[in-house]
Amino acid sequence: MILLPCPWCGHRDAGEFRYVGEGTRRPDPETATRQQWRDYLYLRANVAGWTTERWYHRMGCRRYLSLRRNTLTNEVAIGDGP
Amino acid sequence: MRLDPQAGEVIDRAAALSLRWNGRAYPAHGGDTIVSALAASGERVFSRSFKYHRPRGVLTAAFTDPGCIVQVGDEPNVRAAHRLVEEGMQVRSQDTWPSLRFDVKAANELVGRFLPAGFYYKTFIAPQRLWPSYERVLRRFSHGGVVSPHPPQERLGAYDSRHAHPDVLVAGGGPAGMAAAVAAAETGASVMLVEEEHALGGHLRWGDKADLAALAELRQRVDAASVEVLTDAVVVGRYDHNEVAVVQRGLAHVHERLIKARPKTLVVAPGLLERPYVFAGNDAPGVMLSTAVRRLINLYAVKPGQRAVVLSANPQGDAAVCDLERAGVDVVHVEDARRGGDVVRAIGRSGLRAVELPGGRRFDCDLLVTAVGWTNPASLLTMAGDVPAYDPRAARYFPDVSRLSGDVLPAGGVVGDGTVDELTAHAGAVGREAARRAGFGTTAVRVPKLPVDSHPELFHGRTHGIVDFCEDVSSKDLLTAVAEGYSVPELAKRYTTATMGPTQGKLETVNVVAILAEATGRTIAQTGTTTWRPPYAPVTLGALAGRHREPVRYSPMQPWHAAHGAVPLVAGAWVRPDHYGDPAAEVGAVRERVGIIDVTPIGKLDLRGPDVPSLLNLVYVNRWSKLAVGRVRYGVMCAEDGVVFDDGVTARLGDEHYLMTTTSSGAAAVWEWVESWLQTEHPSWRVHVTPVTTSYASINVAGPRARELVARVVDDVELDPETFGYMQVRTGRVAGVAGCVLWRIGFTGELSYELHVPAGYGLHVWERLLGAGGDLGVRAVGIEAQRILRLEKGHLIVGQDTDGLTGGFSAGLDGLIRLDKLDFVGRSELLWQSQDGGHPRLVRLVLRNDTVVPDEGCQLVGRGGEVCGRVTSSRWSPTLRCGICLGQVAARLATPGTEVTVRLPDGRSEPAVVAENLAAVDPEGVRLRG
Repeated sequence: MILLPCPWCGHRDAGEFRYVGEGTRRPDPETATRQQWRDYLYLRANVAGWTTERWYHRMGCRRYLSLRRNTLTNEVAIGDGP
Repeated sequence: MRLDPQAGEVIDRAAALSLRWNGRAYPAHGGDTIVSALAASGERVFSRSFKYHRPRGVLTAAFTDPGCIVQVGDEPNVRAAHRLVEEGMQVRSQDTWPSLRFDVKAANELVGRFLPAGFYYKTFIAPQRLWPSYERVLRRFSHGGVVSPHPPQERLGAYDSRHAHPDVLVAGGGPAGMAAAVAAAETGASVMLVEEEHALGGHLRWGDKADLAALAELRQRVDAASVEVLTDAVVVGRYDHNEVAVVQRGLAHVHERLIKARPKTLVVAPGLLERPYVFAGNDAPGVMLSTAVRRLINLYAVKPGQRAVVLSANPQGDAAVCDLERAGVDVVHVEDARRGGDVVRAIGRSGLRAVELPGGRRFDCDLLVTAVGWTNPASLLTMAGDVPAYDPRAARYFPDVSRLSGDVLPAGGVVGDGTVDELTAHAGAVGREAARRAGFGTTAVRVPKLPVDSHPELFHGRTHGIVDFCEDVSSKDLLTAVAEGYSVPELAKRYTTATMGPTQGKLETVNVVAILAEATGRTIAQTGTTTWRPPYAPVTLGALAGRHREPVRYSPMQPWHAAHGAVPLVAGAWVRPDHYGDPAAEVGAVRERVGIIDVTPIGKLDLRGPDVPSLLNLVYVNRWSKLAVGRVRYGVMCAEDGVVFDDGVTARLGDEHYLMTTTSSGAAAVWEWVESWLQTEHPSWRVHVTPVTTSYASINVAGPRARELVARVVDDVELDPETFGYMQVRTGRVAGVAGCVLWRIGFTGELSYELHVPAGYGLHVWERLLGAGGDLGVRAVGIEAQRILRLEKGHLIVGQDTDGLTGGFSAGLDGLIRLDKLDFVGRSELLWQSQDGGHPRLVRLVLRNDTVVPDEGCQLVGRGGEVCGRVTSSRWSPTLRCGICLGQVAARLATPGTEVTVRLPDGRSEPAVVAENLAAVDPEGVRLRG
């Protein structure tokens, strides 16, 4: 179980969090084509390396947070949202 | 035979115990292991080998001993050279029939040509249809003890788990580990020292006088330092961010405890393991490693044999010769491997009888001791990034420290040799550096370099013998694997199963690599090694499962339910009353008089702030902007893919105050969902969400006489239908309790009031309702009756009548979904669903034979016999005296009046017709507006 740096609670075991997924941007529903919308729903880059992802600290401060994580080494850094 | 008292012995001669081995009684002393006690009584054979059922005795006399795995009572696979004797212990040999002495399956050896490397892969491939019969036969040959069908708590004490956060964790309690722990603790760091054996000390414990003196001093220093010492505990894995798993055994009332530790620094000091030598007959009982005989003599005062031959390549082997002579063993010959000495074969099957040496020399003996080298148990270091490199000068692998994660440091025999003083000085520096990296100290500690002793490379002799003692893999099998193309260690390992038994490579990996190297003409360094993965030591499933902790939730009315014969229903985290004995009568009470239903588990979110209407408009598919204070509205939530996610009613209690309800099972998910939209997409919205599910006890009062009943318990709420109409909400006092919320809704299809009362008064209000309504025929109603009532009314249940593919328009929500609303979650997909059409629909089905209640999940088939849907909900309706059911059907069959066929589980078919309405009872909704 990796440790995640929660900006409110400090380093906590990943078991306290729910993995939400890779950071995605919601397209404008007014203008999005079906293809764009389904990319938003289902397509993920699944990067081998640094990626930005969202976690929910469900057993802590209950905040959603964006983190940068290297999927090869599990190095974690506090990062900007997508 | 038991020797006179030894300086370092761990047995308590004053404590006389006894154990039974295969039915016979044997004496033992306190502190004896099962094997030391049996060996003291002259027993030599403790198991039969995996494939050929060859007799096996002591090899290492430690936890790793592959020949000493037994059944204790109903606990299988006990390490008999580690487990301490307890009075009356029932010990049996495993997988031997009819007895350990005469084992029928030993005939496997005679047909050995049928069990070559890759036997299973080659033999049982074709024809595939015979695999079930193969499996039955093979299962009878599986090795291992018998698992008890009874829960372990009854016989062993509980399994347990613990979290620990030491600054420094030291894996291995030999001299290096002890010195590292003391040095780290002296800086002020909190230290946990984990030792697999029953006492600290490592090889010093079975050493000479100087070793024992050094050990005594080290033990004093450990006692003086504040170090948490765990013995009979083993570090089984090191994971990301230095999560370290420790299994602690043999505690009072706790059979095994899994410790999840998160040290800032991990010091790895497992010491070295002695390596067996490969030659013909090397697995005969009586062939032992030098550490095994030294342990038997010095720790347990057991004489390991009468006449011994020793093959020694190192000082520890020479020390074993001294120990043997002191114990009165006749050492008939010492073969010095440093001067080219070797062993050709060991003779004797159920016990060693003689040894053949090069040049035709032969000695009669019952004990052959080998001391041919050491293996670095690199497991934990490998898990931290290390790729060990082979040093031919020392004939063992060493860690590549530069590749290690900065929070892991090695110490002791895994990094070098030296005197006890050199080892402890080095480990002390490692301990201080470990503490510094954990935040205790500022300047980096200079860690001295340990010398490395040269050692001859000795892996196997001139004859073939067993390489993997657990899996019965011989050096010949490895040559076969190479000949067939499996010359890379990782492939040869999987093909022959070498290193895949209970010792997991600790004894055999290096020999496997050496034999592969020789067979392929490469060096050991070129050949590489197999990967060490967790666990370092075998872990029971019980230790991983731990204590069963699953909290359940009860409503405050549970004492009443329990006292009135409620049949419990587990629904997610909640235990609810399914019914009170007669669900049909409970339905009748609601339809004809009045019933009260405990609906406490309904999810409740208190929403406050000026932007709540925006939030509701976003998460619900219907419109919310114009909900007036005092009104309640039903809403459905869809996910971004348009699939129905949850439903419930939300009330507006004040200008900026709303109370949202969700399904019972969706309560937690909806809260996270709402927070997600607020926090990530609309952080500027001013909405505060408080989950209040368990703050309120919720009671649904339903039935034609509901108003009469509620009127008797409310003090300050006007119930007149003109003022408090359908889909409205009021707050007030109920049964003297202030702060209650009442809403008039009707999922049962009858006039009903849902009362949300502060949880502490739930039981009080429940009992008052029952007490006040005796003459009205009030009755407690359970979940089963509620489901029937709902189904009679045609109300869908999210997750029952919908699934992970059910878009909003497939759930009969056409009238609810407002695509003209600017944006809401799932709108795009719902828009496309409505444009495309062709989606399945939720309908009510009327069976021609209306006495039949088709099981939920029954398939619906069309005219051509094709599957076109399924029954999602079905019940016998006590109100209509017929079966009722809802189902999902293909679009082309969804028109009312269409005929479909319901295929029952027994294969019968029942014709059915799609009904006009989802509701079977009161489709116009007259009753609930009454």
